[in-house]
Amino acid sequence: MAVDKKYDTPMLDELEKGEWPSFVKEIKAAAEWNAMSNDLLGLLEQSYSEKMGHWKHGGIVGVMGYGGGIIGRYTDLPEKYPNISHFHTLRINMPSGWFYTSEALRTLCDIWDAHGSGLTNMHGSTGDIIFLGTRTEELEPVFNKLTAAGFDLGGSGSDVRTPSCCCGKARCEWACYDTMALTHFITNKFQDELHRPAFPYKMKFKMSGCPNDCVASVARSDISIIGTWRDEIQVDMQKVREYAKNGTDIVKEIVMMCPGKCIEWDGKDLNIDNSSCLHCMHCINVMPKALAPGKDRGAVVLVGSKAPIVEGALLSSVMIPFMKIEEPFDEMEFWKLIENMWDLWCEEGKNRERIGEFIQRVGMGNFLDSVGLEPIAEMVAHPRENPYVFYEEYFEEGEEVEK
Amino acid sequence: MAQIPVHELAEAMYKMVKDTMGLKKWKATDLQKASIEMFGEGNVDKQLCKDAIKELVNSGRLVYTYFGGSYIEVPHKEGAEN
Repeated sequence: MAVDKKYDTPMLDELEKGEWPSFVKEIKAAAEWNAMSNDLLGLLEQSYSEKMGHWKHGGIVGVMGYGGGIIGRYTDLPEKYPNISHFHTLRINMPSGWFYTSEALRTLCDIWDAHGSGLTNMHGSTGDIIFLGTRTEELEPVFNKLTAAGFDLGGSGSDVRTPSCCCGKARCEWACYDTMALTHFITNKFQDELHRPAFPYKMKFKMSGCPNDCVASVARSDISIIGTWRDEIQVDMQKVREYAKNGTDIVKEIVMMCPGKCIEWDGKDLNIDNSSCLHCMHCINVMPKALAPGKDRGAVVLVGSKAPIVEGALLSSVMIPFMKIEEPFDEMEFWKLIENMWDLWCEEGKNRERIGEFIQRVGMGNFLDSVGLEPIAEMVAHPRENPYVFYEEYFEEGEEVEK
Repeated sequence: MAQIPVHELAEAMYKMVKDTMGLKKWKATDLQKASIEMFGEGNVDKQLCKDAIKELVNSGRLVYTYFGGSYIEVPHKEGAEN
């Protein structure tokens, strides 16, 4: 249905100029037939003019039985912009690795055109498909159509958030385990935790296939599962020499930039001291045709990162330096650690305290003790530079450690 | 010791939430801790609490809400919806 233009938007119009895609252009396209998008233009122009947002979020909205997936959103100017007095967001669980058929995308768009603003984020920063803006009474009909089409809501609030991963073995030669299969498994295993918020705060899983960490799991997830290897980097020496011959300055670009200082190049042979390798992927990224991750592959598990909401940003700490990730996934001992961590965090965690903040508050030593993990050197960020870390095997029996 | 029936726990949880409506916001873990305290550890465990909450939410007697974190409340019309 065509909608008459109601608002002048001189400030938004500026954001349509230039060669780049413009969100204003997209909202205006939707506003030609959708009254919600039309009012959104007016509200946004007013916000730009006043330098003030006019939204409030949260509340009671949802679909029957679910505690996540829908974020209530209202404007504080409902009389002026009645079509967006409700403007709820839906998070829809994306497939692992964000693979869709074009038909699936058309189905999603048809559902949203019929029940919402017609505007989407593909994808939101959580990784989910985001439907932007609908009314409370449209939530159940949208949900019914989504589930009929094989989709489900994702996570929001104090629950397991929609697990996400890199494209892994589907499209990447570096994947050290099948991130997409594990993500699919985790999504199914923790359906209850995904849809029924039972934690002190949000809990995110992100799976990366190699230490390049394309989904930034080390910085953006409470539980990061990052592919790695525990044997030696595979080297094709002939290809290394070809890189050198074709202009790659191996000393400058690789040897000097190796954080483990474990590579030597004599102009003919490349020697890697794998026992000192930090698995940063730098050398492999510079010479992808000559080097590759080892053959004994698995993943490292880290816990505790978060973006700077509520309190400051945190990076993850290593909990398991290496584990094999092979089917059947359900038999991995890793789930017992997850259960122990959740039990402890639910019992002792404060409201809105992420697990990384919890670890900081109680101390890593106490946390490890409570979840049944032995402390190991890999858990320390810079063990060789940290004067508070002692290795008992360095000392003979009876010898006193200097204090 | 035998566990109490799930519907009995659900009724007790519902009463806790209803009686403190407007005074206290309950998280799922709060309800779990309060239930264990009320009935004793041998009579109620974590899974039973989960099942009771699921029963209450699936029946619509309680709903999940979000106010900074997720809570469990008696359904009500919120002011913002007016």
